Amino acid sequence: MVTCLGDALFPDVGVATVKLLRRLGVDVDFPPSQTCCGQPHFNSGYHDEARKLAMHTIRAFGHDNLVVTPSGSCAAMVKLEYPHLLENDLVWHGRAEDLARRTHELSDFLIHVLGVEDVGARCPGKATYHMACHLRGLGLKDEPERLLGKVKDLELVPLERFDECCGFGGSFSVRFPGISGAMVEDKAGFIDKSGADILVATDAGCLMNILGRLRRRGSKIRPMHLAQVLEKT
Amino acid sequence: MNDYARHEHHDFPGAVHQALADEPLQAALVRLTGTLMAGNRRGYAALADSDRLRDHAKQIKEHTLAHLDNYLEQLEASVVKLGGKVHWAASAEDARAIIVDIARQSSCKRAVKSKSMTSEEIHLNRALEKAGLEVTETDFGEFILQVAGERPSHLVAPAVHHTRESVARVLSKYVGDDLPDDPKTLALTGRRILRQEFHQADLGITGANFAVAETGTVVLVTNEGNGRLTTTCPRVHVALMGMEKVIPRLADLPVFLKLLARAATGQTLSVYTTLITGPRRPGELDGPEEFHLVILDNGRSRILAGPFRESLECIRCGACLNACPVYRRIGGHAYGGVYSGPIGSILTPLYDSVSNNPELPHASSLCGACQAACPVKINIPRMLIGLREVQHHHRTSTWEHLAYKLWSLVLRKPRLYRLALRFARMLLGPLADDGWLKRLPGPGAGWTHARDFPVPASRSFRDRWRELYAKKEK
Repeated sequence: MVTCLGDALFPDVGVATVKLLRRLGVDVDFPPSQTCCGQPHFNSGYHDEARKLAMHTIRAFGHDNLVVTPSGSCAAMVKLEYPHLLENDLVWHGRAEDLARRTHELSDFLIHVLGVEDVGARCPGKATYHMACHLRGLGLKDEPERLLGKVKDLELVPLERFDECCGFGGSFSVRFPGISGAMVEDKAGFIDKSGADILVATDAGCLMNILGRLRRRGSKIRPMHLAQVLEKT
Repeated sequence: MNDYARHEHHDFPGAVHQALADEPLQAALVRLTGTLMAGNRRGYAALADSDRLRDHAKQIKEHTLAHLDNYLEQLEASVVKLGGKVHWAASAEDARAIIVDIARQSSCKRAVKSKSMTSEEIHLNRALEKAGLEVTETDFGEFILQVAGERPSHLVAPAVHHTRESVARVLSKYVGDDLPDDPKTLALTGRRILRQEFHQADLGITGANFAVAETGTVVLVTNEGNGRLTTTCPRVHVALMGMEKVIPRLADLPVFLKLLARAATGQTLSVYTTLITGPRRPGELDGPEEFHLVILDNGRSRILAGPFRESLECIRCGACLNACPVYRRIGGHAYGGVYSGPIGSILTPLYDSVSNNPELPHASSLCGACQAACPVKINIPRMLIGLREVQHHHRTSTWEHLAYKLWSLVLRKPRLYRLALRFARMLLGPLADDGWLKRLPGPGAGWTHARDFPVPASRSFRDRWRELYAKKEK
């Protein structure tokens, strides 16, 4: 599952994910009918529309395979909200639960399904890591850091308030650009202060928001998705 | 609509704008929430298994709410057996009338109060003063606010928006002296004033952190000991509780005591934990002659019956405020209601009305830090989303709704989606600098005020996949 933001804005992330998984011996397919998980609609309270998109996505992944997505946000939508959203539908609830069980965020899949921490990556540089909010929702803790810790020639430096939201929040950033702007300004400031030359994140939403602010500040830090770091050899 | 303490004609966007530009407020918020959140994490980490304890606390709350009628009746019976009186208040107005009436019947003239958000919720002070009573808040923070004519901006640190300089100004004016702004002098001045009030008061008003159905015990948790003085010096004690504050057994109390202070500040226990079981008994040296328990509904039973019941599990520790990146930047007053932060964004629309508070359910990036900090793991993000849904149900078709509908339609037709993506790229591409836009029109203008906006990549992943896939086939 490549997710709509990843598909449209950061296609390199999807490509890196595919390459990484193939290198680790995983057979990867991309069902072309997938589009968006419906989280924007769900979060904004348009649950009827979200339900239709959930059904569309469940149909798109109607096989028995595991589903891996380089996004905690979309994984959380599928794993936590689909079953809740389709709770009262006797047919679709079961299908939602089935997809929820099969779906994994990338770092979750690597560590808890494949059982690897060292994916054989090498990425010279000094990196700092921003934790995406939805990893918390998924019950993931330090999985991305454990993977990054095993990357050769990569130095990890701490990021102040690394687990504070960057201020994206979908429609929140449009409805309350003042609050959201203050949040991303703090985030970008901490990133600049960290002394890193690479920012690692796990979600396209965070990347688009933080990168937008870093660019505006004229910061030279290179943003990378976790998949892009892990794919490098 | 309920009678709920909310600023009239509150302008949320205006208040947000003002708060973001208020530098002393920003500094105070970062300082306080940072300290308290570090405490919250330390507090949970110090427990053998905080996760299970929090689940346990949640189960007790869920169970109690499912049998609330039984436990409230049991609580009433227990209090009556001890010689206390129980009053049922359906609304804020009822609660005010009941408490004013108790004061009149018992000829009380001077009231001291320990900190109670529920009393804020019903605008109690104003009613008591109108009835001719002198009322003094005895929590130091609340006292400062009372003197300054302000309202609390945090559940447990009500005067967080003040600095020691501003506290010195407020107190100096009150005592008619020029006080230095060192915390010790200020605290001692407060203590001197408040001690006098305790001794002269004939009515003590408190909230209730918990009320135990089995024993009729009201539990107060404070750090200043003012709760204990409020309930021992005056002749009459009135405890005001929201009806969701009941817990079944005394044995359930430690579960919550272990969590409350840790979640709020990181303390193992608050400095004072006071258990009050009925009025003074024969032979006892202190305690009030009369004990009244006022149990407030004010919209709670309606919430209990609906999809937002989980919000009644809240034990008012303030952890979600400290954890919230939005609260940290706008402070409590911006929310407009007596309850602020993430839980306030749920309680204010529920107690007041959704239509009066249309922005609150949206004032969250849904980051989930609140739920992670909550001692009873309330799924605050999901309830905020639920309130957003309620809003849409009560609104006839809007442009926004239409846009979401159209968007959803496109997303369900992969070919159309691909076409739309190409169209967006064609439209925005030429305006971009290195793939990013500096300025967006309409609703996007706010976004680009602070940051650039990306345009779709020249080849989407699905375009690239075809190449990768083709390669593999060869």
